[in-house]
Amino acid sequence: MAEAHPVLHQPWIAGDKSPAQVTDEICANMERHPSAAWWIAFLVSVAVMIIGFAAIGYQLKTGIGTWGLNTTVGWAFDITNFVFWIGIGHAGTLISAILFLFRQRWRTSVNRSAEAMTIFAVMCAGIFPLIHMGRPWLAMWMFPYPNFRGPLWINFRSPLVWDFFAISTYFTISVVFWYLGLMPDLATVRDHTRSVWRRKLAAILCFGWDSSYRTWQRYETVYLLLAGLATPLVVSVHTIVSWDFATAVIPGWHTTIFPPYFVAGAIFSGMSMVLTLMIVARKTMNLQDYITPRHLDAMCKIVLGTSGIVALAYITEFFTAFYSGNPYEQFAFWNRALGPMGWGYWIMVACNVLIPQLYWSRRVRTSVVAVFIISLLVNVGMWFERFVIIVSSLHRDYLPANWTGYAPTIIEIATFAGTFGFFFTCFLLFCRFVPVIAISEVKGILSHGQPRGLHHAAANEPSGEGKPELVGAGALRRATGEVRP
Amino acid sequence: MSRRLLLGVFDNEHDILGATQAARESGYKIVDVYAPYAVHGLDHAMGLASSHLPRVCFALGLSGAAFKVWFEYWTTATDWPINVGGKPFNSLPAFVPVTFEVMVLFAGVSTVIAFLYVCGLFPGKKANIVRHDVSDHRFVLVLEQSDAAFDIPRVKRLLESFHVAQIEERLEEETAR
Repeated sequence: MAEAHPVLHQPWIAGDKSPAQVTDEICANMERHPSAAWWIAFLVSVAVMIIGFAAIGYQLKTGIGTWGLNTTVGWAFDITNFVFWIGIGHAGTLISAILFLFRQRWRTSVNRSAEAMTIFAVMCAGIFPLIHMGRPWLAMWMFPYPNFRGPLWINFRSPLVWDFFAISTYFTISVVFWYLGLMPDLATVRDHTRSVWRRKLAAILCFGWDSSYRTWQRYETVYLLLAGLATPLVVSVHTIVSWDFATAVIPGWHTTIFPPYFVAGAIFSGMSMVLTLMIVARKTMNLQDYITPRHLDAMCKIVLGTSGIVALAYITEFFTAFYSGNPYEQFAFWNRALGPMGWGYWIMVACNVLIPQLYWSRRVRTSVVAVFIISLLVNVGMWFERFVIIVSSLHRDYLPANWTGYAPTIIEIATFAGTFGFFFTCFLLFCRFVPVIAISEVKGILSHGQPRGLHHAAANEPSGEGKPELVGAGALRRATGEVRP
Repeated sequence: MSRRLLLGVFDNEHDILGATQAARESGYKIVDVYAPYAVHGLDHAMGLASSHLPRVCFALGLSGAAFKVWFEYWTTATDWPINVGGKPFNSLPAFVPVTFEVMVLFAGVSTVIAFLYVCGLFPGKKANIVRHDVSDHRFVLVLEQSDAAFDIPRVKRLLESFHVAQIEERLEEETAR
């Protein structure tokens, strides 16, 4: 049956690995002592994180007057950082849920670390609105619990309340999804590791996973259901984040294009962050056979596609402002590109629209160095996109007497740097203590030992293995996932 | 009452698929199959019915959403109505985003809890491990030696036609379930 598909892909995992080899190679990263490079990266991250937490402590003690905000620019650095980090997180869910539904089998090499990235990025994002509340020790007031203040309930018509529910649900579902995927691999660690404490810990954390197929069958069902739930969820989260702006009547914010524009931008920036992290991880952790140039190529294509969507959104915004005939709307966009903060706009256009066009070239997409540099630039560009949307729309409002500028204070910069420290500290710990690649999922797409349907197997003797029609059914199911559309 | 089990250990996905299908067609009782990853088609080979978990997901998602709509209506329009910008107390369209989020939360978390409950998994549970390499690279087919018709040499021949790597007999105490 599989012979009916002559044009089959090369396998996604290089080196014709056997399942046992996969277990060994991925667990090896947890078994050996961390390298000097890991320690340097870890200590630098922890140091930056401590600086950030010191800055947060100072802000909590003194108040958010330590920020560069003024009465005209009421939202700036913190909300920019919040949207930036939430956007980073979205690629993890794209890879784990949306690409799962689309049967993109290359996702198995990157989904574990991309989901971890999502969780850490959402944690970083949550820090900013928490501080911005001014009195974060009353953060539980966001939650509608019976209280002695009336009971006074929260305002369910407010986009900020929607945001609170969206982010909390997103974080919870991401953690649950990630942990569910981790359970079979923790069982593998339990059965494989030489360290006694790691075996004991994995035995507790894997919930007594015994590899029974009855469990596997239900597990697959739950995985599919969660993927189906997480797909609209991830779209809803950045949609709701964009409503924080779009429901306001500020020119430059009050547009219906915001939800798709924000969601595409989130996937664009998140996928670039995944590329940045994966390029470092594959090099330092010997995962070149698992994360191959083909994986990078596939992710670059997603970056290129979303870059196109973002570019279209930039153009549409200007066209709509022109076509609306509304002088305030027109001024907001003229000011965005050519006003005193126009430099931010042009950094954004260069990094988000022009530079990603290099990905049309296969040579660029498969060059690890080029991809790494471009992915960093895209993240710079996407940070500026949020900064431009937020600050350039606010700093020149309806009344010219109110016009002002905005510059972040050292405290704000230290807080933002601190979230990077926190993010990388978490990610480095994750790389050390958790299987960075979904072992059980990768085993399912190996070419090793498959009777037919893959490049090297055609030479197998025609006598076949066991019952041909049965083998054919399995091979066909495998093969259909591999056929180039 | 103790059961006598026969374990066939396999190295390849297609061998376990074939052997499981053949064993079921020959009428042997399959206790369970152990695999290092979710082998596609093995549920059909074992004759497993599809899981009921989607129903749990649907029911709990629906109840979460219904509960949330009621709660939003009750808090905003009944318990303590507050005039916010002249909007109606019962602003149903504005309730949609939170309702959706709560639906996803209920459906997702409850499905996972139901999964753990149905499979009997909980933190710290002592796993009953058939072989240490089933989480690594081996596949194990566990058959029950149910009655006198269970002719061991015949079963062995059947398993050998699927390149069985090892055959083992055990008493039930070692592999419950």
